[in-house]
Amino acid sequence: MRTWQFLVIACGVGALVFALARWLGNDYYFFAGYTVLQFVVLATAWNILGGYTGYVNFGSAAFFALGAYSSVFLHKFHPLPIPILIIAGGAVAGLVGFGTGYLTLRLRGAFFAIATLALAVVLQTLIVNWDYVGGSRGAYIIRPREIAIVGNYIEYLFLIMLTLAIAALTIARTIERSRLGYGFATIRDDELAAEASGVPTLKLKLIATTLSGAMMGMAGAPFPYYIGYLEPSSAFGLQYAVNSIAMPLIGGTTMWVGPLIGAVLLGTLQQVATVTISSAVNLLLVGVLLVAFVIIAPKGIVGLVQDRMRRKD
Amino acid sequence: MPVAGQPAVRRRIAHGLVMSLSIELFINALIAGMLLGGFYAAVTVGISISFGILDIVNIAHPAFVILGSYIAYIVNSNLGVDPIVTGILALPAFYFLGAAVYQVYYTSFEKRGQDSLRGLAFFFGLLFIAEVGLILVFGVDYRYVKAIYVDQSLNFGFINLPLRMLIPFAMSLLGLALLQLFLSRTFTGRAIMAVAQDQLALQLMAANPIRIKRIAFALSIATCALAGAFLIVIQPVEPSVGREYIGRVFAICVLGGLGSLPGTLIAALLLGVVESLTATFYGPSWAPAVGFGLLLLTLAFRPAGLLGR
Repeated sequence: MRTWQFLVIACGVGALVFALARWLGNDYYFFAGYTVLQFVVLATAWNILGGYTGYVNFGSAAFFALGAYSSVFLHKFHPLPIPILIIAGGAVAGLVGFGTGYLTLRLRGAFFAIATLALAVVLQTLIVNWDYVGGSRGAYIIRPREIAIVGNYIEYLFLIMLTLAIAALTIARTIERSRLGYGFATIRDDELAAEASGVPTLKLKLIATTLSGAMMGMAGAPFPYYIGYLEPSSAFGLQYAVNSIAMPLIGGTTMWVGPLIGAVLLGTLQQVATVTISSAVNLLLVGVLLVAFVIIAPKGIVGLVQDRMRRKD
Repeated sequence: MPVAGQPAVRRRIAHGLVMSLSIELFINALIAGMLLGGFYAAVTVGISISFGILDIVNIAHPAFVILGSYIAYIVNSNLGVDPIVTGILALPAFYFLGAAVYQVYYTSFEKRGQDSLRGLAFFFGLLFIAEVGLILVFGVDYRYVKAIYVDQSLNFGFINLPLRMLIPFAMSLLGLALLQLFLSRTFTGRAIMAVAQDQLALQLMAANPIRIKRIAFALSIATCALAGAFLIVIQPVEPSVGREYIGRVFAICVLGGLGSLPGTLIAALLLGVVESLTATFYGPSWAPAVGFGLLLLTLAFRPAGLLGR
């Protein structure tokens, strides 16, 4: 399938999802759907670095919060349309991703993982102590009730996140089938051999880190408008870090469809569990599923399906 | 002649007072930092064994420390047993817990050669399960222990030595010395030091590398029982406190040169002092960033550690 064909189909599915949510006629579905779509973007972004090159990023929450807080910063300066904020948030998070990668990607993989953990805490401390964006008290963002053309504001946010999710999936799928994707795969499989065969590994890793960070920042940029009141502990929430790792690993890391499956399944499950049981239990559920999958089904759901299909042949 | 009461003189007296106060403050912050650093060494020594020597990136280490704190808390609040005594009694239990975790890690990841990405995710999942599990059972309230020494302190002039810091400090140094003796003098200890370097040579010496690694990893988790007890003596504990220690322990471990116990102690004392000075002169809300910032700087500019080549 060509990329444009994929894009047409993806947009068609997106339009169906939007029509369905509208037909159900309850704003809750837009609120819940927004969260699930946001996780689709985060999981796909994580997978571009983690799944394709094999470098683990524990700091997804930091990149997400960077996007969210660049929006707050710009909003305090002058209210801007969300698409511009998304580009700004993506740029900031991408730059930080590039910087972190530049400092640590020359070392062994474990050091990069630990550095990303550290990045989240350093950034959170900076934000907590930075009064302009609200400090530890948090910042209020008053969002308009209505928006031109779309009407309802939550539907507008939902549409934006839907567009981002389609864009993220298209980028991931395109990378997978390109020279870039093969380069990433050589790093994952044997970095030393790749280096020896002339693959510019550091350059490729930096591209992956920057792209992945930028996409996470983009997912975070509309967040202050969604939640209305942003405080450091919600922007840097542990659920972003753990979900963006758990979703691709549960779905399957080698294909673009893996993070999508993981995010839709886990995201929906968590929405249901939050409403019916409690939010602490649903986080526990994610942790247990993550550990169970990496032990029992290391290739994720995609791997399980592929194995079954191969056995049938 | 200047007379007391004149503005210039009053200002000079005030200035002198501030100077001597800030020197006293500085010395006290320095000592508090050293005491804190001794405790950090106890928290980090397990990571120095598992990450530094065995190359197992156990990011769940702080979760086991918090588990140790909660066990000390439960026993203390129900039976009134001293938390540090509980920590010592819990050592064997933590040893076996560590051996079990290593067995799962080995059969699921190390044997299949998947220890990098999935092994990391496994420990991340453990960290997460431990934290959320503790929140579900105990809630997010701060818990603390009762012991006679918790609110006492020794005073030498203006120098103030709180016993809740001094006792963990002294016990950490003792424990570190014992571990160093074990690693350098006994056959098993030397085998642990050797296992990361050359597994084949170790097999030729009739030692099973998997068994040696299991012992070493179990030992690294066992240290959490004591470190956890120290933690809850020093400060009240709630489940997410562990996250602050991830950056600290890895910063100390890397700065100390991965797997060297004396290096760990020096790096821990350094971090303790820098953190204490930051908290005293810039405010406690900046302290968490110190460890992590130091880690980022170390990784960027001196990944071989302070004593490294």
